[in-house]
Amino acid sequence: MNSYSGFGRIILTIVMAMCLRIAPWPGFLTNINPDWVLLVLIYWTIAVPERVGIFHAWTIGLLTDVLTGRVFGQYALAYSLIIYVCLLLHKRLRQFPLPQQGLFIFFCLLFTQMLLFWLNNIQHPAQLHAFFWLPVFTGTLCWPLIYTALRRVRLSRRTK
Amino acid sequence: MALLITEYRSHRLDSLRATLSVVVDPIKYLIDLPSVLIEQTAHSVSSYSTLKRENTRLREEQFIDKTRLLKFDSLEKENIRLRALLENSFKLGEQLLIAELLSINMAPYEHIVVVNKGTRFGVHPQQPVLDANGVVGQVFRALPFSSEIMLITDPNHAIPVQVNRNGLLTIAVGSGQLNRLNLPFLPNNADIRPGDLLITSGLGGTFPSGYPVAVVDDFTPITNKPFVNITATPKAMLDRNRELLIVWSDSSPVSLTTKPTPEASKPHPNDQSSGSGLVGEAPAGARAGTDSDDQSAGSGLTREAPAGARAGTDSDE
Repeated sequence: MNSYSGFGRIILTIVMAMCLRIAPWPGFLTNINPDWVLLVLIYWTIAVPERVGIFHAWTIGLLTDVLTGRVFGQYALAYSLIIYVCLLLHKRLRQFPLPQQGLFIFFCLLFTQMLLFWLNNIQHPAQLHAFFWLPVFTGTLCWPLIYTALRRVRLSRRTK
Repeated sequence: MALLITEYRSHRLDSLRATLSVVVDPIKYLIDLPSVLIEQTAHSVSSYSTLKRENTRLREEQFIDKTRLLKFDSLEKENIRLRALLENSFKLGEQLLIAELLSINMAPYEHIVVVNKGTRFGVHPQQPVLDANGVVGQVFRALPFSSEIMLITDPNHAIPVQVNRNGLLTIAVGSGQLNRLNLPFLPNNADIRPGDLLITSGLGGTFPSGYPVAVVDDFTPITNKPFVNITATPKAMLDRNRELLIVWSDSSPVSLTTKPTPEASKPHPNDQSSGSGLVGEAPAGARAGTDSDDQSAGSGLTREAPAGARAGTDSDE
């Protein structure tokens, strides 16, 4: 098993997720653009926990912070907490059927969004739109898509 | 990790952010690539006649602008003379840099855009950003290869403005909508009405004075509240322009002699290093520094003025 190429794939998918994250979506889609990076990270944590750890999550979180121009460490903190939970539960999560995984993802995304909301409120108490919570739902709906797509990516590697 | 958040309050992590941004910036340019390609292909396939028509139109526009500038030159001279009469300092123009918008979307609820010029071009935070119609915003964060610009309509942005008609000073706060600014700090009896042009007042030091910001479009007094509800529409085309101008305002005042010194005519990019204190201090420093020049120029002009007046009355008789 070639560990190097596997890692390359992980990085490639995460870069793609970052692209999706900052891509200019038309109109209303901007408001419901889910946190692709986190979804991809969660998938890789569940699938190959020996490759993706909290440190990776933290680094990627930092990069996301820089990419989206947020307060330093905001996404780093959120991602590392979520990935920690995923690492703890990865064996159980793998056994879950897709809807149950979706429920777990929903709470993960909700927690991230709440954390970001709280951190934003500390900086400057802003009134947020109700749309702020929509990415949680769209992210959950996107999970099966990401799961099957990334699973294909991962398995195609194994057959080679 | 929580340390990082608290550490953000100081500017110690800026260099780390700059380093990391070098890693991430290619993604921004990658995302921008399709729109650039589309634009380029559109340019390359546009027909000869369209290009020719556009060329003629642009040439006409340039001609008209040049003629206007001729007048501007004399107006500027007149302005300098008038200010000399008032013994006031005169600020010369600004240096501009054209930056192109990267079509990426940072965060959905903030009006922050990214442009393709960064600290490599001398861009620094708190620089004002304009377009052809008015003020767009200010540089919020400068990274090596890109910089983030907060638009004037961001809910966290406020810009000191002045009503062009009567000089009434107030502050325009972003509303979160791209076509609206709020003016929350004016009393019910303020002399302001729909159609008034708001220009930057130059207070606060970030924005140079005199640039158009917005046009007042609604004035609704609230009977039992001390402040009136005023909304304005930004002059700049915030959602349509791809090219923006980043401005280095020359904060060092020019002496009132007729020809400006070479260092004054060529502003330094790093002039405006310490945000807000500058404008408050500039006039005082100018008066102290160029005092002798001022008085000679001023007195020379005042001495001439009566002569001119006398000449005028002579001819009348």
